[in-house]
Amino acid sequence: MTDFAVQLTHVTKSYRRRDALRDCTVAIPRGRVAAVVGSNGAGKSTMLRIMAGLTSPTAGEVAVLGEDGPAQSAPRLSRVGYLDQERPLYRGFRVAEMLRAATHTNQHWNDDLAREHVRSLGIGLEQRIRDLSGGQHAQVALSICLAREPELLILDEPAAALDPAARHDLLQLLMQQVSGGGVSVVLSTHALDDVVAVCDYLVVMAHGRVVLADDLDYILHSHRLVRGPANDHRWPEGAVVIHGQRGARDGVVLLRLELPVAPDECSFEEPTLDEIVLAYMRQSALEVAS
Amino acid sequence: MIFRLDLRSGVAPYRQLVVQVLAAVEQGRLHPGDQLPSVREVVGQITINPNTVHRAYRELEHLGVVEGRAGLGTFVCAHVRSGEDWGDLRSSLQRWVREARDHGITDATLEEMWRSALRHREVTRD
Repeated sequence: MTDFAVQLTHVTKSYRRRDALRDCTVAIPRGRVAAVVGSNGAGKSTMLRIMAGLTSPTAGEVAVLGEDGPAQSAPRLSRVGYLDQERPLYRGFRVAEMLRAATHTNQHWNDDLAREHVRSLGIGLEQRIRDLSGGQHAQVALSICLAREPELLILDEPAAALDPAARHDLLQLLMQQVSGGGVSVVLSTHALDDVVAVCDYLVVMAHGRVVLADDLDYILHSHRLVRGPANDHRWPEGAVVIHGQRGARDGVVLLRLELPVAPDECSFEEPTLDEIVLAYMRQSALEVAS
Repeated sequence: MIFRLDLRSGVAPYRQLVVQVLAAVEQGRLHPGDQLPSVREVVGQITINPNTVHRAYRELEHLGVVEGRAGLGTFVCAHVRSGEDWGDLRSSLQRWVREARDHGITDATLEEMWRSALRHREVTRD
C-alpha cells in the first residue's frame, strides 16, 4: 500500500452560486513536492484550504497523513503547516517579536530552527516586519511555517511577486528542508519553471476539476508532440490525443503514449511542460464550452 | 562538478543531471575515483528537488558510472574511461556542418538530421 501525504476522493466544494471544486480525486504520495497549477479561479486555493483542514468539502472524502477524521482536529492541524498567499505577519512587530508570538500560538515550535533560518537569510531579529522587503517578508513567513516542523507543508503561491533572487532563496530554503527528510509539500504556483526545478509531482486543475495528476518525470516522458496534417494518423496504438491544432497541410498534436516508448516513436518531438499543461487546460476549456 | 538545469528543454531534470555527469566523465572534467557533490551540496548549489538528485545518482549507479559508498558519498567508478577529446571526430563533424551550410541547409534541418541519425543507431542496434 502506498503511503499518501494527502488523498482527496470525489471531493466537491460548492458555494452558493458556483462549484469551486467538482469531483476531484487526487492522491499525493508522502515525501513528494507536489505542484498544483491552473488558471486563476481553477480551484487551486480551495483545494489547498481543504487539504489544510481550513474548510470542509461539500461532498467527498479527505485523508491527510493517513488520518481521515474531522479535518479541523487539533492533532492533525499541528502536523500540517499552511502558508496563505497573503503571508500574514504583524507589520508593527519586530522579527524577534513575531517569532516569540509564534512560540505561544503553536503547540510544537523549534525556536532554534526559526532563528537559524532567519539568521542564514541575513535578516536581523530587530528589524520591523513592515521594513522588510517582499522577499524577506516571504522568507520570515516560511521560516515560521518550517519551525513548526510540520509533516505536510501547504503553500499557496509561496514565490508569487518575488524577484528572481528572492524566489531562488525561498525555494532553496524549502528544498533544504525537504532534503532533511520527513516532510511532504503541496504548493500552488503559476511559474512552471519553478515546477520543473523543485517539484516531482504535478496536479493540473481547470474549471474546478483535476485534469492531470501524476509523477512529473512520468508526465514529461509519456507525452510527445507530433507534427502533420489532419488526415495523418501515424501514432502508435494506445496513444491518446490530448489537444491539437490541425489543418489540411500542417498541425501539432499533443499525445500521451503508453510507456515504455519504443525507439521509432521517439521521432515525435518532446514537449515542454508549458506545452503539456496548456494542452490539458485548453482541452478542458473546449469540454466546458461544449 | 557544477550542475545546471535547463527548465524549458522538456527533458526531465534527473535526466539532465545524468547527461551532465556522463559528459563531464567523457570530457575529462571528472576522473575515476572523483566524488560527486552530496545531495545537500547540489541543493545548495542550484534550486532543485533533492529527490531529483537522488534519482539521477541512482540512475548513474545503475549505468555503472558511479558507485555509492555507505557513509562516504558517491564516487566515479574506477573502470570508466575518461578524458578522450575525440579530436578527429570533432573536426570531421565541423567539416560536415560547414559543408551542409554551404549547401544552404538550415540549422533546424541539420538538428533534425542529427537527431534522426542518433535514433537510427538505436533502432538498428537490436
